[in-house]
Amino acid sequence: MKCFEIEKLNLHYGDFHALKNICMNIEKENITSFIGPSGCGKSSLLKTLNRMNDIAEGCRISGDVKLFGEDVYGDMDVNMLRKRVGMVFQKPNPFPMSVYDNIAFGPRTHGIKSKYELDKIVEKALQDAAIWNELKDRLKKSALGLSGGQQQRLCIARAMAVSPEILLMDEPTSALDPISTGKIEELLLHLKEAYSIIIVTHNMQQAARISDKTAFFLFGQVIEYSETESMFTMPRDKRTEDYITGRFG
Amino acid sequence: MTSIKEKVMSRVFLLSALSTVLALALICLFLFINGIPAMAKIGAFSFMLGKEWSPSDTPPLFGILPMIAGSLYVTAGAIIIGVPIGILTAVFLSKSCPKKLYKFIKPGMDLLAGIPSVVLGFFGMAVIVPVFGESILSASIVLGIMILPTVTGISESAIRAVPQNYYEGAVALGAGHYRAVFKVILPAANSGVLAAVILGVGRAIGETMAVIMIAGNQARMPVSLFKGVRTLTANIALEMGYAAELHREALIATALVLFVFILVINLGFAALKKRIK
Ligand SMILES: Nc1ncnc2c1ncn2[C@@H]1O[C@H](COP(=O)(O)OP(=O)(O)O)[C@@H](O)[C@H]1O
Ligand SMILES: [Mg+2]
Repeated sequence: MKCFEIEKLNLHYGDFHALKNICMNIEKENITSFIGPSGCGKSSLLKTLNRMNDIAEGCRISGDVKLFGEDVYGDMDVNMLRKRVGMVFQKPNPFPMSVYDNIAFGPRTHGIKSKYELDKIVEKALQDAAIWNELKDRLKKSALGLSGGQQQRLCIARAMAVSPEILLMDEPTSALDPISTGKIEELLLHLKEAYSIIIVTHNMQQAARISDKTAFFLFGQVIEYSETESMFTMPRDKRTEDYITGRFG
Repeated sequence: MTSIKEKVMSRVFLLSALSTVLALALICLFLFINGIPAMAKIGAFSFMLGKEWSPSDTPPLFGILPMIAGSLYVTAGAIIIGVPIGILTAVFLSKSCPKKLYKFIKPGMDLLAGIPSVVLGFFGMAVIVPVFGESILSASIVLGIMILPTVTGISESAIRAVPQNYYEGAVALGAGHYRAVFKVILPAANSGVLAAVILGVGRAIGETMAVIMIAGNQARMPVSLFKGVRTLTANIALEMGYAAELHREALIATALVLFVFILVINLGFAALKKRIK
């Protein structure tokens, strides 16, 4: 079952052609990773999927992106799209408010007011992000006082609190230490039971460890897209091989 | 030779820096030396809380409560009018203003900040007083306009200083532009916005000329938004020209009270700055 179908997608920033004729389908309840050197367009493609590119100046997109068959760039409401397709950023970005208010922000945005319900959602989201035990006694404390790893898991919990169908993650562990990274990887393997996850990563071991499928990007194109295991054992393209064996990038 | 030059220059710099301190010290000294004895003669209680100000009566009455109330009323009015407009303008300028329009509004704001208060007072006399009379309301409107550039400018930089990734985080959860701005960006900028408000208060409470021209200046407790009132600054400016003896000292004591107000406002501002850091 596919969650995203991307067809002949082209993306320009002004005159710069950042994504060139991308065609790919992304599986549901799966982890898909995007790898490739900096500036090859991984984040741009990710942001196309929840239309975060709408706020980038000079960004033009052509082609088709379908979410479960529905046209993402058609008359779908952007805010509803972003509720269904959550996003976690490279740099943890908790809001400067309490842990509780961070998690409750999304549900409140979508109309949930009852304290009882919000309490339940906050607890569930923190539990799903495997951070409830660490934070349950400091729900009223500012989220800015948490460690980097905790902040990032808080952001994952915040994204999950609106019950998205898909989670987009843009290098979510690149700012974290190895232990926090390990915790988040473990969490992702657990989450893929219920969510479809697309993760951009700089770290090839990470892609190999956690993802089911991997796409290799170069200069705005998808060079190779296949089962992670086969890509890392038998890359079909010479450029993929060069990249994963560390010859450039 | 050079070393003498260096020494002289360093003294010159030191003296320049000290002149600020010296000026402040002299003002304090002047206010306290003249103000405190007057307060003692009149009685601190009947001076600060007395509701009658009639220097020409026998015995004369020097109660400045009406003027304290007057200053607080017009300042509060200026805040009620100027702050919401200022903050909304700042949000617009920093988050959704097209560049072309910004090029008009921003210099316009700077120009408004530079308009002498006598000109604004004149504008108030010609345009606002005919509608609302010489009243608290008229004075509040003009002072509200006067503090607008201060409130807008400082709020705008506070909002611009909020990291863009808060905005992205909010929008990525499905929040609309205005929800992201008002529920995440603005609260994140609240110390800066509060600083803007405090500076606005300082500007409004110290304003003299524009207020004299439109507030009516009756030395009585405020009765209605549409009736006149006299502020502390107006009290001093209106009577200093002919006052003598105790009357004159009572006016200096009025200035002392105003000085203490400004001091409190500045302390609040300093405390806030510390908190921002
Ligand atoms: N908002 C933008 N405006 C202009 N150019 C951009 C913008 N965002 C990204 N780019 C450019 O598009 C290319 C792809 O960027 P990005 O998708 O961030 O790459 P990656 O995530 O793979 O490092 C880069 O050359 C980058 O400089
Ligand atoms: Mg990137």
